[in-house]
Parts: sequence; C-alpha cells; structure tokens
Amino acid sequence: MKEFIEKIAFTKSASGKETGSRTAVEKLEESQWNLNKSFKNRIGEYMIEKLIFVLGITALLIMGLIFVFLIRTGFRLFEDVTLGQFLMGREWYPNATNPRFGILPMIAGTTMVTVGAILISVPIGIGSAIFIAEVAPPKTKTVFKVIIEFLSAIPSVVLGFLGIVVLSNWVRISFNLSSGFTVLTGSIMISLMALPTIISVADDAIRALPDEYREASLALGASKWETIKNVLLPAASSGIIAAVMLGVGRAIGETMAVMMVMGNAVQIPSSFLVSGRTMTATIAAEMGDTVRNGTHYNALFAIGVVLLLMTSIINIISEFVLHRAQKEGR
Amino acid sequence: MEQSQIKEKTIFKKDERKRNTQKIMFALFTLCMLAVIIPTILIIGFIIVKGVGTVNWSFISEMPRMGMKEGGILPAIVGTLYLVVGTILFSFPLGVGAAIYLTEYAEQGKLTRLIRIAVLNLAGVPSIVYGLFGLGLFVFFLGFGSSIIAGALTLACLILPIIITTSEEAIKSVPDGYREASLAVGASKWETILHVVLPRAMPGILTGGILGIGRAAGETAPILLTVAAFFIPRMPNSLFDQVMALPYHLYIVSTQVPGMPESIKYGTALVLLGLVGVFFLIATLIRLKFKNSTS
Amino acid sequence: MSIIEVKDLDLFYGDFQALKKVNTVIEKNKVSALIGPSGCGKSTFLRTLNRMNDLIRNVKINGQVMFEGREIYDEDLDVVALRRKIGMVFQKPNPFPKSVYENVAYGPRRCGVKNKRDLDRIVEESLKEAALWEEVKDRLNKSALGLSGGQQQRLCIARALAMKPEVLLMDEPTSALDPIATNKIEDLITQLKKHYTIVIVTHSMHQAARISDYTNFFLMGELVEKDGTDKIFTNPKDQRTEDYVTGRFG
Repeated sequence: MKEFIEKIAFTKSASGKETGSRTAVEKLEESQWNLNKSFKNRIGEYMIEKLIFVLGITALLIMGLIFVFLIRTGFRLFEDVTLGQFLMGREWYPNATNPRFGILPMIAGTTMVTVGAILISVPIGIGSAIFIAEVAPPKTKTVFKVIIEFLSAIPSVVLGFLGIVVLSNWVRISFNLSSGFTVLTGSIMISLMALPTIISVADDAIRALPDEYREASLALGASKWETIKNVLLPAASSGIIAAVMLGVGRAIGETMAVMMVMGNAVQIPSSFLVSGRTMTATIAAEMGDTVRNGTHYNALFAIGVVLLLMTSIINIISEFVLHRAQKEGR
Repeated sequence: MEQSQIKEKTIFKKDERKRNTQKIMFALFTLCMLAVIIPTILIIGFIIVKGVGTVNWSFISEMPRMGMKEGGILPAIVGTLYLVVGTILFSFPLGVGAAIYLTEYAEQGKLTRLIRIAVLNLAGVPSIVYGLFGLGLFVFFLGFGSSIIAGALTLACLILPIIITTSEEAIKSVPDGYREASLAVGASKWETILHVVLPRAMPGILTGGILGIGRAAGETAPILLTVAAFFIPRMPNSLFDQVMALPYHLYIVSTQVPGMPESIKYGTALVLLGLVGVFFLIATLIRLKFKNSTS
Repeated sequence: MSIIEVKDLDLFYGDFQALKKVNTVIEKNKVSALIGPSGCGKSTFLRTLNRMNDLIRNVKINGQVMFEGREIYDEDLDVVALRRKIGMVFQKPNPFPKSVYENVAYGPRRCGVKNKRDLDRIVEESLKEAALWEEVKDRLNKSALGLSGGQQQRLCIARALAMKPEVLLMDEPTSALDPIATNKIEDLITQLKKHYTIVIVTHSMHQAARISDYTNFFLMGELVEKDGTDKIFTNPKDQRTEDYVTGRFG
C-alpha cells in the first residue's frame, strides 16, 4: 500500500507542473485524468495481477495434484502385493478369496493393441501428412484438414459403438473367426484415433521447413518427389518421430473404444486375432465394483500410475524431440 | 559433333522413369489420405443415415421408459449439458488466467519451461487417469460424491492443459508492436492485456477452448468414475446429484443392456455426434473467419 | 532550456554493452535528431527515455536520465505516468486493429475520460494536430488498418498526441514510407515542435539536416558529438562525425 501512495504522489507533482504552451483548461483536464486514473487503477491493477497469479497457480497446482493423488493411492497397493507380483504376475483375480493382482496380461494387451495400431497408422499417417503438406492443392488441403480434425473430435464411445456393430462383424467374417472382438479390432479402432495426431504433427513438421530447402533442391534439377525423399523427410525427421510417439501415447491411453471391441479376456494375447484386455479398460470396467481404499481399488490406481508414467515418458521425450526440431528449423 | 548433339537431346528430354516414380509415390500418398478421409465420412454418414429416423422431438424431450428400451433420452442430454456448462465455468477462467500469467507475467526461464512441459505432458495423459484423479480428489477426498460438480471439475481438469496451451499460443501470436503502442500511450500492463492483447488473441483462445469443450462433452471414461448414473429417470435437483450423460448412455445401451433396440443406439449416437459436431463447427467457423480477416 | 538530461548512461543487454557513458541534453520545443550507422545504439537510447527497454529481459541500466528534473529510473516513479508524458511513435506504423476513432481515443480512455463529448474533442484535435483530420473525418469508425501506410503513421502520431505529452519520441518514423508520405510527416514534425519536444531517430542524414535543430551522432554505443544541426553538418568537431556526414562510411 505504501508503494501506491508514493507512486500517486509522483504523478501529482509531475502533472502539476506548468509548462505553458497549452491552455489552462487542457492542463487541468490532463492533471485530472492522471489523478483519477492512477488512484483507481493502481489498486485495480494490483488486485488483478494478484488474481491472475492465483488463477495461474491454481491451475498449475491442480495439474501437480494429479501426480500426488494417483501415486499416493496407487502405492498403497504395495502394502499387500509386491511390485514384482503386480507387474509380472500373469493372474488377475481381484475378487477371489485369495486375490491375485498381476497385470502382465493387461500390459501385453495394451502393448499388442498399440503395436498393431502403430503399424496401421504410421505409414498411412505419414503418407497423408506428405500429401497435405506437399502434394494437395490449397483448397483440398483446407477441406481435408477440417475432416481430419473432425475425426479427432468424434467421441471414442461413438467409434466403439461402430466397432461393435460394424467393424467386429467385418473382422469376424474376413478372418473366419467365432468372435470379432479381437486385438486387431482394437488396433484398427485406435489407429483411427491416433491418425489425426500423427498427421497434424508430421504435417506441421514438414511445412515448418524453410522454402529455401525446396527451392535449392528443385533448382538442382531434382523432381518434387526426390526433394521430398532426400531433403524434406530427413530434415523433418525429428518432428515425424515426435508425431509417431504422440500417436503411441494416444493409443496407450485410449479407453472406451478398446473396452467395447476387444472382448476384455484377461490373457496374454497369442495373436492379433484373439481377445485381449488393456490397462485402461481394466480401470474403467472394474472401478464400479471396488470398495474405497480396498486392495482392488488401490490396484486400479496403481494401474493408473503405470499408465501415467508410460504416457508421461513418451510425451516428455517427444516434447524434447519437437523442441530440438524447432531449434534446428531456425 | 555428333556426341554433343546426343548430349543436348538427353539433357532436355523428360526423364520418364523419374516422372513415373513421382507419379506412383504421389498416388500412394493420395491413397493414404483417402484411407483416412473416406472412413471418416463413412462413419459420420452411417450414424446420420441410421440415426436420423429415430431422432425426433419426442426422442430428445422425453424420459426413457421400459428399462430405457423405449422413450427418449432427455435426462442424458440434460446431464451432459450440465456437465458442459460446469466444465466451461471451471476451466476457462483458470486456463486463460494461467495462460496470461505464463506469457505476460511470469519470469521466462527454466521454471516456465518446466511448467510448459508439464502442461503439454498433461494434455497427453489418458482421460481414464483423469477419471481416477477426479474419483480420488473430488468424489472421495473433498466428499462431493458421484455428482455433477465432481464430474464437471474432472472434465475441467482434463481440458485445462488444452486451454492453457492454445491460449498461450494465441496470446504469444499477438505482435509485440501492439503491446508497445499501448504501453507508449501510458496504458498499464493489465490495460494493455485487457484492451489490446486479449481481443486480438480471443479467436485463438475460443477455437482451442471450444474444441476442448467438445472433447469434454464426448468423454466417457472420466465421467464413468465421477458422475454418470446408469439410469435416473428424473432431472437433477442440485449440483451434488448424479446424472445420466450422453456418452455414458451410449456405452450402456450398446453394451450393457441386452435386447436394446438398434434405433435407440443409433439415435443416441447421432445426438452425441451432433452435439460434438456443433462445438466443432463453431470452432472451425471462428478459425476460418479469423484466418480470412488477418490475411 | 532543457527538458531531458542524460548523465553517464550505460546500458547492457546481458553482457553486451549497447550504450557507453552517454551524456546529452534534449532541448525543449526543439527537434533533436539521433543519427549514426545501424547498431550504433540510437534506437536503444531513444527507448531509454520512456523506459520502453523495461520490456526487454536482461537489460541493465546505469547512470541518470532526468525528465523535468526528476530521475526516471527512480524506483518510486510510475512508468505509466511517465509514458503519458513522453509519447512514442514507432518505426513500423502500428495502429491497433480498431477503428480510427478508437485508436486515438485509446489513451484518453485508459486515463478515465469517458464523456463522449470530451473524447470527440480530443480525437478531433489530435487528428487535426497530426494533419490527418481532413482525410479521415468521414471514416472515423472504419478500421484503421484500411488506411495507407503514411496515414497509419500519422494516426499513430495522433494517438500519441491525444495524451498531450511533453515529449514525442520517434523511432525512424518514415523508414517504412514512400517519399510523399515522408514529406508530409516531416512537415508535420516542423509544425509540432511549436508545442512539443521531439526526439527523432533517423537513418537519413538528409532528414536530420532538414528537420532537426540539434543532432546527436552515435557510434558503437558512444555519443560522439552533440551540437546544433548546422554545426554537425558543416563544421563537426570530431573526425568520426565528419567521416560519417560526408559519407565516408556508414
């Protein structure tokens, strides 16, 4: 408060000084503004700065709390189960009289479905990104980008629903299976969700390259494709790697669609054509049956911690890769 | 003499092989693109064609009957609207405030870089993890129970990183010339932010924010743990009530209730897709309009 | 009579010293030009006068800048109040993406002038002072971005004048403009010095010679020479100044 008053005092003395040249009315008007303004706004300004500070800190604090809450609850599991039993155990019987909490089948399920999704979405995604960045005429580009963005906006439960009514039937008939709820079905679903991420990040990476690269290569007589292959793709490689990693992160975290189309059998999938269960689906499907702070409840939080760590590592590495890519671009 | 003529010819002759490789590759890229575009259009078209017969006024304005196998989906629509409004109220002030703080006030250095990485990371954390967080903090620790407020807060946390990053980008893209001009005529820092920076950044903030809200409206996993009710055939009385919600309702009718008529499933899917589509459309229109007005 | 006095001013960007022991005075109701080759520190110096360098990180300033007898780097000083007294026009015209009227009214509004009649009067006076009124009086509510470059720059001058400042700082105000627009601004500056003190950074020695009363020649962060413009251009004391004004380098 003391600071304010001193600052106001200066304004008064500065504007009170007469300098001739302009009319007295104007002078008076001027000093009035300065006074009014300073007094009201100094306090307002001070309050608003503090408010923004509080808002900002609150938002950031909440983000921090996520880690705290998950880890605190998840780690209680290890009062009952060892880390080895949890991560390496093949048996998941949370409600048995002698319960088992081994999540290896879920880790395997998540890994398989992610690998499948990446095998499908990476080639298609990078090809699409090249198409949008280098081949498509501007109007097509705008329209396609909007469609791709809408794909990312479709709720995963809607995709899961279509997975049940359309895709699983197609998988069942095409591969002559008794059930269409397989890892492959999940992989296809997830690839649809990872594609927008991969395309947009890879597209940004390619388009961020300076035009000089293209001009230099074309001026040497290289064709457009040779320019893309030999100059642009290598130069944008960090960005493309980041795109793939973010796609992986997206795939690992997807819940509803995979829960709806993968059959959710607790088993280490022997191929892409059998049922499997992911970590995310386990949490979503079983949380309703748990008692607060029971071992099962804690185990689901512990799965959450594993997911949080996996995705965080991927996100942070890809952030560094992207950051480096941006620096190189400059 | 002869040799140089040949040379000349080869130089200016179009290289057929080169051209064919390029043609093949470009065709391949086009195919990749179509492999994304066509399924997307099919998905949207399929839901519209199959659902449009069901969605009428009574479907969106009536209570479900007969174990949800007849009647409308009003409580699910209302529940989702409550959640969306709550999410907006919590996430916008916090997110935009945090973005202003990070870009305009915070000392730029290692700490802000760290915070940015943390925020970006949180944007990629699975939504089910947010569900767990909401369950632990809002439902149990703060004692809100399964309720609208717990669900809205959870969804707000989920989209907070999106709002912070997009707002930050929008604020940073405002040219410094405007800030300087405003400060040079004796506007204070906050006045400059309020009257010059924010109006200019608003389209970007809104686009990101609305896309985030659209995402929140369609999320199932977080509300599964924090708010959603299987079946409550009445309107909520307070913020601490459980509600039905569209995405969760779609999950239930398509997997949990045997003998559910197809029409109800497609109708629910269409209403949900339509709601998300409206958010998407608004955001896209703002963005396109803004693009035209700046260039 | 001097309005600004600068004593032993040093300025560092991190480790780089951009200004070295600058001593000069700015005379009231005169046009002072700052000239010198690119990177000599003339723009940096201009920006120390209304503390616009505060916006840049890692800037360290030693020495004294006195405005009307008051040290402007004093901790108690209200920068906002100072900038109302010392207006600024930038190299590139930077009107806000608002209407012509709102651009000029922006500053007064921030000072709490709400009365529509007062605002109208201030806007009209300022636009007249900036010799823009006749050209824009019919389109006050149209976007300022629709004006030509020269008009935009005069609008920025009007925007600064609306605050009734004592001093007007101009950072190469004509470098982005064509010769005709430049002429208009130069005429305007000559008009304005009746009521305002003007400090102008310019790349063009001819411009300095045409419009300024005093000239400060900067080289590598040092103020080499300050004197009446006639003297600087006809009879400089320092060899380096002579080399520069006769075009031997720069």
